[in-house]
Amino acid sequence: MTASTIDRATFDALREAAGAEFVVELVDTFAEEAPGMLAELRRALAANDAETFRRAAHSLKSNGSTFGALAFAAMARELELGGLASVASRGDERLEALEGEYARVLAALKALRHA
Amino acid sequence: MRDRAGEPARLLVVDDNKVNRLLLTRSLELQGHRVSSAADGRVALEMLRREPVDLVLLDMEMPEMDGFQVLEVLVDDVQLRDMPVIVTSSLEGVANVVRCIELGAEDYLTKPVNPVLLKARIDACLEKKRLRDAQKELVRRFATPEVAQDLQKSGFSLGGKRVRASVLFCDIRGFTTLAESQAPEETIELLNTWYTLMFDAIGGHGGVVTQMMGDGLMAVFGAPVALPDHEARAVQAAQEMIELVGLFGREREAAGKPQIAVGIGIASGEMVAGYVGTQERASYTCIGDTVNLASRLEAHTKVAQRGILIDGATRERLGEGFRTEALGPVQFKGKTTAVEVYAVDPGQRSA
Repeated sequence: MTASTIDRATFDALREAAGAEFVVELVDTFAEEAPGMLAELRRALAANDAETFRRAAHSLKSNGSTFGALAFAAMARELELGGLASVASRGDERLEALEGEYARVLAALKALRHA
Repeated sequence: MRDRAGEPARLLVVDDNKVNRLLLTRSLELQGHRVSSAADGRVALEMLRREPVDLVLLDMEMPEMDGFQVLEVLVDDVQLRDMPVIVTSSLEGVANVVRCIELGAEDYLTKPVNPVLLKARIDACLEKKRLRDAQKELVRRFATPEVAQDLQKSGFSLGGKRVRASVLFCDIRGFTTLAESQAPEETIELLNTWYTLMFDAIGGHGGVVTQMMGDGLMAVFGAPVALPDHEARAVQAAQEMIELVGLFGREREAAGKPQIAVGIGIASGEMVAGYVGTQERASYTCIGDTVNLASRLEAHTKVAQRGILIDGATRERLGEGFRTEALGPVQFKGKTTAVEVYAVDPGQRSA
């Protein structure tokens, strides 16, 4: 699954530019921060807070693209640009899909640390 | 990129997202810069007011105070309005880019930022900042704080505008003979003291010294900051200059050195004022017939044997409290018609 979850070219370029050791640290930071942002999406959905929803999705999109998590970034981008209104009744479903992809991204990133 | 003193440039990264903040900080540190970071706009502004920063890398999407708000505050802040800002954002849409540029951002880079592009943009930005700082320093040295601040507000773009102002020329009489009679160190010291006195008298009346030419100088009253009574201010400055040179001369005499004297010419009217030069080296100056006339009047002080000569336009709007004497029309080189010349009594200064 690694190949499709994380784009190797992007990830390697990141490692090349910032240094392998630093990228390990960066992945750890992402692992610490992302659950909070995902929870914020959930809270914003429940509270119907469009601005917070958009901002959290924006942040996740941005981090996803940094690591080459292209599918994850694309999903977050849809939520950012579409906004709270676009998910309508399918909000829970959409967030579950994003959370599922996040779990795959994290696993792939952790595997790549030793690659 | 390093500045002239060989110090690393000081950059401030503003981003609420920790991964972005760490990565950008890391990239910049690898390029040799000194980097501090802030997690939101409010903290960033506090840091900018507290510590020296050469360049800001600003995220747009932030809670509390977003990047747009930070740009708005910077634009209105006289101290910070020249702070270069590169926006780094993953916000989409041309409208956002346009809004940032309109709010004064130097550049807009899309995240994740390409390191090569980042380096090129930062180097260009720092170079521009260095030139702007050098230009500002030049103005600061030549202008009063009030004028310097006005120039900062109006920007440092090259190009002129038409203004009504008074121009003053002043030089030391018989300077060549004086310089030949003493050691070079003494001449430089004499000039430094003289310039200090002249800058004081000119600045004290709202004038700006625009040129220093060996033993002479040119000053303008009424530009870049408009002064309704620029004619009277120029003449008052001239009277004070004569008085200060007199005091200085008596001091020199007491020390057994030769006296010095100055001649001053003032003309008023319309002229073109602005920055001339290149982007690398520019100075504020005034150009036009009025400027030429002031220079001719200054030269004519030797012929007329008077300390201060002014033209009709200056005398007309002098107001009360000045004693002037009409010397009749004088035909100056380069002028088609003769000019009415007036001498100002240097000893009598109005309150």
